Amino acid sequence: MHPAFSVILLTTLIGAGQGLFLALFTGQLYSSIKLIEAQGADFYAGGSTISLLLLIAGLGASFFHLGRPERAWRAASKWRTSWLSREVIVLPLMMAVVFFYGLFHYIGWTEPFYVAGGGILPIDVTLVLGFLGVVIALALFVCTAMIYASVKFLEEWHSPYTVGNFTFLGMASGFMLAAAFSAYLGNHLVGFYGTWAVIFTLLALGTRTASLLRNATLKHKSTLQTAIGVRHRQIVQKSQGFTGGSFNTREFFHHQSPEFLKLVRLAFLVLVFPLPLFLILISYVLQSPTLPIAAFLVQYLGLLAERWYFFAEARHPQNLYYQSIA
Amino acid sequence: MTQLALVIDLNVCVGCHACVTSCKQWNTSGWAGPMVDENPYGADPTGTFFNRVQTFEVGSYPNTETVHFPKSCLHCEEPPCVPVCPTGASYKREDNGVVLVDYDKCIGCKYCSWACPYGVRELDEMQKVMKKCTLCIDRITDQSLPERERKPACVLACPTSARLFGDVHDPDSEVSVAIRERGGYPLMPEWGTKPANHYLPRQKTRMHISEDELQRADNPLTKEDITVYTGEETIDDVTW
Repeated sequence: MHPAFSVILLTTLIGAGQGLFLALFTGQLYSSIKLIEAQGADFYAGGSTISLLLLIAGLGASFFHLGRPERAWRAASKWRTSWLSREVIVLPLMMAVVFFYGLFHYIGWTEPFYVAGGGILPIDVTLVLGFLGVVIALALFVCTAMIYASVKFLEEWHSPYTVGNFTFLGMASGFMLAAAFSAYLGNHLVGFYGTWAVIFTLLALGTRTASLLRNATLKHKSTLQTAIGVRHRQIVQKSQGFTGGSFNTREFFHHQSPEFLKLVRLAFLVLVFPLPLFLILISYVLQSPTLPIAAFLVQYLGLLAERWYFFAEARHPQNLYYQSIA
Repeated sequence: MTQLALVIDLNVCVGCHACVTSCKQWNTSGWAGPMVDENPYGADPTGTFFNRVQTFEVGSYPNTETVHFPKSCLHCEEPPCVPVCPTGASYKREDNGVVLVDYDKCIGCKYCSWACPYGVRELDEMQKVMKKCTLCIDRITDQSLPERERKPACVLACPTSARLFGDVHDPDSEVSVAIRERGGYPLMPEWGTKPANHYLPRQKTRMHISEDELQRADNPLTKEDITVYTGEETIDDVTW
């Protein structure tokens, strides 16, 4: 498939935004039961702002993928059958939750109205909203991934690994960003978020490696024989019917050499997994305020390569019909 | 329920592209506005087409066979492109089974083209909406046309009658009979899309002549003649 930068940016930016929100709420949950140091309103409001900006930037990027962005509102109508439609509904919900979560922290609606668990867990408005946000963030990961995983013709994508990759990679980058944000503010949560970022990065490494291995030995269902219905082992296309390009020759192929693909794969395997882990571990040892930021940026750069490769790797059966110009 | 479809006879298609050009002509001048053509006379022409004729070579020399293969939307009975559309612009008509795009609702997200294994949907780079074969819906449903003209442009243009058009759900229609009696098959059956369009396979036309057809075995005069001849003029030579 042709890797469109609008979609690469959309999926990576909102993934980091959702992950950051999940990180903020995880921090709130831990601090409300006094497991980690409590943070002020600025931390949650600031973090929510960054998360919201990432979600807005992702949504903005997605508009560049549309031929008719002015009609985008129509995309919410077929949520019964289309994962794309479901994403279009859940993404604004996510943005609303993040906005109000940050706002309620900012204006200080954090007085507990009920204390659960025998005086252990104080529940306030932000905790309830945050819990709702967790459900929505996870739903958004599933919706985004299922857009790709549900297309059975793209067999490289049609696997539960796709959902795992989108979720774990998004959470890894989000928690990495939370660690970077904590390092920037100079609070004591770098180690806490860094640990979670390492855990999610390792989970993502598991699912991503599994999907790479699966796709390396994937045997495609369609062949030139089934494409034109002629039973012969040797069929060659002599003409695709036109000499110039068409939508079919542009949209479904990356137009890069196999060597370039291998290079991108190597790049993301280094930039997403070992390098950020190394940087975050070093920053923990050195107590560095800048290395977690570098770790996030390196991992995000790697995620761009990862998403590019995700698209380029998928082979669409329609390419069987477009192999020879004349 | 009616399911309109094309049946394409690969046995008689000569690859002349008349269906391609007639399709483009009819649909570019129709109610939906022109189908884009960029640099039509330039170095790198590109544009939207609903129908293409491709050519494949089967086998290796000298035992090769050229297959001309017209390809357009197959109007699947289980169209995978329809449920993925987020706006409902892509739909299958209830009354005749034709898969269509509402160009006023399409947002140009291209998701339906990903969900079509046959590559028959093309984004119009000018109007920025997805386009595809409509089976000339404006023509086949136009009651003001004489009935013999209520057919897709490609069908009317084909000089060898390689394209049949009709209702594949009616067992007695021309297309159903052709599929049934001449081995019509769908493309990529492995996906369960149930294409309505079918293809008729190429067939070798062979004439078998046996020995006894070359000489008249039932000649009554030959039967009664019991004379043994040795080189002289026989009765067969003089009879005819």
